[in-house]
Amino acid sequence: MRKVLLMVAVAAMSVMLASVAFAGAKKDKVKVGFVYISPVGDEGYSYAQDQGRKAIDALPWVETSFVESVAEGPDSERVVLNFARKGYDMVIGTSFGYMDPMVKVSKKFPKTAFMHCSGFKTTPNMSNYFGRMYQARYLTGIVAGMMTKSNVIGYVAAFPIPEVIRGINAFTLGVRSVNPEATVRVVWTKTWYDPALEKDAAISLLDMKADVLTQHQDSPGPQEAAQERGKYSIAYNSDMFKMAPKAHLTAAVWNWAPVFKNAVEQLRDGVWQGNESLWWGMDQGVVDIAPYGPMVPQNVKDKVAEAKKAIVEGNNAIFVGPLKDQNGKEMVPAGKSMTDPEMLGMMWFVEGVIGNTK
Amino acid sequence: MLGYRLQKRDEPWNWGVPIVIVGALVLSFGISALLLELQGKSAVQGLLVLWQGSFGASWALEDALLKSIPIFLCALGVATAFRMQVWNIGAEGQFALGAIGATWAALTFPDLPGIVLMPLMFICAAVFGAFWAYIPAILRLKLQVNEIISTLMLNYIAILLLEYLVFGAWKDPASFGFPVTPEFTPGAIIGQIGDSRLHWGFAVCVGSGIAMWAFMRFTRLGFEIKVAGEGERIAMYSRLPYGMLTILVMAISGALAGWAGCIEASATINRLQPSIMVGYGYTAIVVAWLARLHPLYIGISAYLLAALRVGVENMQLELQTPASFGSIMEGLILMSVLAGQMFVTYKIVKKK
Repeated sequence: MRKVLLMVAVAAMSVMLASVAFAGAKKDKVKVGFVYISPVGDEGYSYAQDQGRKAIDALPWVETSFVESVAEGPDSERVVLNFARKGYDMVIGTSFGYMDPMVKVSKKFPKTAFMHCSGFKTTPNMSNYFGRMYQARYLTGIVAGMMTKSNVIGYVAAFPIPEVIRGINAFTLGVRSVNPEATVRVVWTKTWYDPALEKDAAISLLDMKADVLTQHQDSPGPQEAAQERGKYSIAYNSDMFKMAPKAHLTAAVWNWAPVFKNAVEQLRDGVWQGNESLWWGMDQGVVDIAPYGPMVPQNVKDKVAEAKKAIVEGNNAIFVGPLKDQNGKEMVPAGKSMTDPEMLGMMWFVEGVIGNTK
Repeated sequence: MLGYRLQKRDEPWNWGVPIVIVGALVLSFGISALLLELQGKSAVQGLLVLWQGSFGASWALEDALLKSIPIFLCALGVATAFRMQVWNIGAEGQFALGAIGATWAALTFPDLPGIVLMPLMFICAAVFGAFWAYIPAILRLKLQVNEIISTLMLNYIAILLLEYLVFGAWKDPASFGFPVTPEFTPGAIIGQIGDSRLHWGFAVCVGSGIAMWAFMRFTRLGFEIKVAGEGERIAMYSRLPYGMLTILVMAISGALAGWAGCIEASATINRLQPSIMVGYGYTAIVVAWLARLHPLYIGISAYLLAALRVGVENMQLELQTPASFGSIMEGLILMSVLAGQMFVTYKIVKKK
């Protein structure tokens, strides 16, 4: 009942908000400012977002700028505010913690468009976007499940938040779709970028007999650890092949260009809308699996290609029942799949994961 | 070396201080300009953009003032301890505890009116911060544990405690699992001054600055702290209660850092989240030394440092300099100003 009430309330709110829609006029030129949490040279998350920025910067009618290494909290509010003050048409904030500051600034600058990555709040002139990275994680899980010999796979995880947990779960479902015996061991570093610590965490997993590693952080630390021990690794964010050519099997990668391109085109045409939540997936090319290392055999590639086809065509939603949690308790009954809000708030591990969500 | 040597001055070269500072600034900005040219960017334009971002508009002044608030309070705190040669490196942890204390009050009594809740939050922040500073003070007095090590180590414990709470008991159930506490109620949020972005935390800074200056200058305790700062032995000979004074300066230090944490949580992010920790407690140590521990100069140097940090963002935005260039500039300036202070106590003379 409470759920129904909530839905009614949400529907009523969106009707109310729709009446004060973003008033966009057609523009000849669009100026976009980007705010990043880490340096763009990190080869990770911000690097991937910046590749998207470069793609729209190449359009003759788009001008971009960015500020990197902006801490969440008050610093981000000031940077977002500065872009708006300087007359940028759109400000794109790429880290979860920028959400509340962006909401505040969007209310002060109703004629500026704001796009926020990975959050859940919107305003009449602020939308959010994210990508279904779990789809790519599932595919990399298939690779790991087929390449492991010890049946222990290590996952160097960042923070126990839904985004990370969802990735671990999708990866594990991928692993177990081809290798039901394998387990995924999780170690939390509680960091986004700390090469030494993340490498140490990877080594602790290798010591527990893991022979394929993957990660959520931006540093190549775990990749290097795998290479040094002669084991395999799967990267995240961007192709890290250069960092560990002997270990690097593949990577789950972002491609933000389609999202940004769509946004600036809508802004130019005067049809961009606030209060929207974009959660695009592999069918729109926002997430993908990177090219394989030479050690990956053809049968693995074929298996992944088959699974990818099913995902792109909408025949595999990944979080489809029956799904059990770590303790064997049924979480999603057969024939049901998880809704987007359920996936976005996922705080439990599927069967096959060893570790806890704290 | 080269026929020159350093000689200690009989009296500190006080009127030379401005000369040294200006010289150090010219040197560091000169090197920064050179680095800009090496990146293929116009140095003149770079420094101009920096100036505009720091001082060129009313909102730039406001932004810098806003950013200097927590730095000032932490620096004022550590300077009090440094006066007595008690080396409190733990402002970062005391800041975290202050934020925790204030958040505890804000989450436990959300329905109290602001006029009751706000003082309660400041009291809790001061008590929590002072308690965190009391631990190393007692360890030093009873067990001779070096406070540089213990205050530093307690920083990490404080940050982990903050994370433990935010990831656990205090996590907002409506946050989709993200590590943030619920937003504070209006009574727990420090309001803005008029239409500006500046909030009333600024008044707390001014008040504490004046109070600390008056305390050190006009009270007996302030005088005793300064005497005890000449050394533990001297304090003992003068029959000063050295232990009590150590605890007092640490508690003041912790309480002020705690207030900084309270203000950051309440006024600027309206909740507690791990990203509240951005190293103001460490910045404060440098600021205190730059200002030679004087409250007024602490205010000035906290403001200038904040203005620099705000300004380099403008350089990033306009010229696409990397973020690390800002840190390099800051490092150059701090290094040359602090190193330049050598000339205040020493002079270069020809070897005979």
